Amino acid sequence: MNKDAIRDKVAVVGMGCCKFGENWDKDPQDMIVEAAYEAYADAGLQDPQKQIEAVFCGAQYPSKGTAEVADALKLYDRPVSMVVNYCATGTDAFRYGVFAVASGMYDTVLVVGFDKPKDRGVSGPSVAVTGVRGLPATPAGWFSHCAARYFDTFGAGREDLAKIAVKNHHNGTLAPKSMLKREITVEEALNARMISWPFGLYDCAAQSDGAAAAILTRRELAKGFRDDFVLVRAIGIALAADPKEDPDFDFLRWKPTEMAARQVYEQAGITNPRKEIHVAQVHDCFTLTELLAYEDLGFCEKGSAKEHIASGTFELGGELPVNTDGGLKTFGHPTGATGVRMIYENYKQLQGKADKRQVKNPTVALSHNIGGAPQACGVCIVALP
Amino acid sequence: MAGIISYGAYVPYMRLPLATIAGGKKVEGGPEKAVANWDEDALTMAVAAAIDCLRGHDRATIDGVLFASTSFAFKEKQGATIIAKALDLRRDVRTADIGDSLRAGTGALRAALDAVRAGSASRVLVVVGDTRMASPRSALEANLGDAAAAFLVGDGDPAVTIEDAYAVTDEMIDVWRTEGDPFVHAWEDRFVIDHGYRTNVREAVRGLLAKLDRKPADFTRLVLYGPDARSHAALARELGFDPSRQLQDALFGRVGNAGAAAAPLQLVAALETSKPGDTLLLASYGDGADALALRVEGPIAGLSDRRGVRWHLERRGEFPSYDMYIRFRQLLSTENDRRAGAGISATKHFRDRDYEISLHAQKCRKCSQVQYPHQRVCFKCFAKDEFDHVRLSDRIGTLKSFTFDNFAGSPNPPLVATVTDVAGARLYLQMTDVNPKEVKLDLPVELVFRKIHDAGGTPNYFWKCTPARTAPEEQTR
Repeated sequence: MNKDAIRDKVAVVGMGCCKFGENWDKDPQDMIVEAAYEAYADAGLQDPQKQIEAVFCGAQYPSKGTAEVADALKLYDRPVSMVVNYCATGTDAFRYGVFAVASGMYDTVLVVGFDKPKDRGVSGPSVAVTGVRGLPATPAGWFSHCAARYFDTFGAGREDLAKIAVKNHHNGTLAPKSMLKREITVEEALNARMISWPFGLYDCAAQSDGAAAAILTRRELAKGFRDDFVLVRAIGIALAADPKEDPDFDFLRWKPTEMAARQVYEQAGITNPRKEIHVAQVHDCFTLTELLAYEDLGFCEKGSAKEHIASGTFELGGELPVNTDGGLKTFGHPTGATGVRMIYENYKQLQGKADKRQVKNPTVALSHNIGGAPQACGVCIVALP
Repeated sequence: MAGIISYGAYVPYMRLPLATIAGGKKVEGGPEKAVANWDEDALTMAVAAAIDCLRGHDRATIDGVLFASTSFAFKEKQGATIIAKALDLRRDVRTADIGDSLRAGTGALRAALDAVRAGSASRVLVVVGDTRMASPRSALEANLGDAAAAFLVGDGDPAVTIEDAYAVTDEMIDVWRTEGDPFVHAWEDRFVIDHGYRTNVREAVRGLLAKLDRKPADFTRLVLYGPDARSHAALARELGFDPSRQLQDALFGRVGNAGAAAAPLQLVAALETSKPGDTLLLASYGDGADALALRVEGPIAGLSDRRGVRWHLERRGEFPSYDMYIRFRQLLSTENDRRAGAGISATKHFRDRDYEISLHAQKCRKCSQVQYPHQRVCFKCFAKDEFDHVRLSDRIGTLKSFTFDNFAGSPNPPLVATVTDVAGARLYLQMTDVNPKEVKLDLPVELVFRKIHDAGGTPNYFWKCTPARTAPEEQTR
């Protein structure tokens, strides 16, 4: 890997995000248009049909594939590609957009992440029965597999997870585009009905519909769009073995996060993540996923997350605020949209436009997705020039 | 000489207190019946009994499998074949299902003996399992129970020899079940007992005694099928046996009438307490009657590690309500059924049979890492196509992680999902026959063949784990 290949060469000059939620009255087209046109306006694109040279889409459950985006935005006669990479789908679509610009092939590209899981008629994940292995436990069942051993080894428990849910619920009340805007208490979280031990209802992110978009251009051209552009400093994706099959797995971490973090820290030259990163959006599909991410991303030592949760390190006013917009917990998780939505929040934070949830003078921001069994992780670092 | 070389039994973990059937309160220590768990059927119970029976025997020596039942899950598709694959038997094993009669179990046992005596097979596994159902809240429902038994029949130096047998066949409408009907029906019981049960069993037993020129008193024990406790004891007396001294307990109030498996299950219970030289008279009923004279031989002593009936009766969990029992028997449809869809892919099943039905893992020839599921490239050393198959189903595993999933479709939430180490491989397995309070890290578990779901309207089998309820020194099978 050439660690300098893309570093600070690509600028984000416009972003958009539709309101996430159970958007019963909206098509994917509606959400894609809302997100893309907000990004167009934000970038000051006068003629997107001419200026956008290529499109990179990310969606886990598209009904039409690339045409879903091309048809909605009438972006024909140019490359439109789609990426699927579990819950890291949005981050990976963004990554291909970065490569396309960094290679010099295109000046300006559009990245769109979207998903519409609420058209499937079930409140939980779909159960597609094609075999007998691995079924029918659910994502909550898969992501809880580190709980028993992590708790046993480090003395953490459901109370520590509850505090993460309380934090994210609070942050979500400050984000205009979040789905859930309600404060909760630790007691409520602990007493809610069980989904999959140790996850009660409030430990789980909901499913929702959403779309988010980004306009990327070469750094030299960024000034032509805006002064407060944001640079892509590092981006990585890693795939690990299914933790339920991996003979070496220790159930104290998610390996893909550690692997992807190594890639981006090498690219960005980061050696002390807690000091060098000022705000982070991490994948909180379940509260334990966020807890493990604190450690697997190197924000704190393995096993020490509960002390940092107790001391407020990751709260809005803390040393390294995490999930400043309320995360998947309050936005829900339209798979392809999530990674781009996280970069949207980091972009706003770096520009100082995050209103009541604004972190003080951040210059480096990280976003993180993990998904599948989980096997796939994407990490992206954006920064001010 | 041909005879029974080994035996095994299976009684399901779940028990239904009979008092709860009509919505009544459970009576402590009151009568109950054994009921297959929601993931069990006659076939999975037969596999469990067979595993008990084959403990210590080289499975490659088995030449045939006969599966007897009145409650086959498939109307067309052989159960014995699935059992042979689950037990990882040779590919040239001969298989047949013997069904449709309460006498199927003893019929299969006699067929196996005949095959061995004729020299066409040297070892035949006979497995009998039944999960008969009667209409909810009927008198018959309280009477029926679920169980399985297995016998390894072979030549050489058997633990039990069969001296002689006698059979009668009789056509009458006594007990029946037709295509598409989940419930067993019976004509008025006094007619069935007088003209069916008593008449036929009496004729078979007297025929056998006459053939052997023996008296009831010459037998250590009578192992007698019984439709109910009263008729059971009454017939023993009528035949000239002493019920209190000679009659084998038919397990009413504990297992219930296990159909085709009832007499075979009692035979296992009798053998558990038999000594060399004991003589047993085994009699079963159904569309006539079978009577067999058995003699217990010296090698019976070598079978003391069988779980048999005794071990299974001590291991029990209880239905908290009749409603749950009704759900387990799929007599109450649930929201989960809607999601079941088209079922599993037959081609995927075809490719994965060794791994999913025989539960083979692969062991890397280069680095020895055992891995599951099927791989082409080694997880550890990346060698390509350098694997030997190893059977995991008879190994003890260790729980590496677990969760209680209330959201996964299960008739009995929470579903216990585990990651389990078996012989170095990691398996994602559901746990069954378990009280969630028992689940803890590093718990030793054993593997059991179960129905994962009924997607597509067929039983779809795979392995699950269950707490290993044996002393550590017994933990090799």
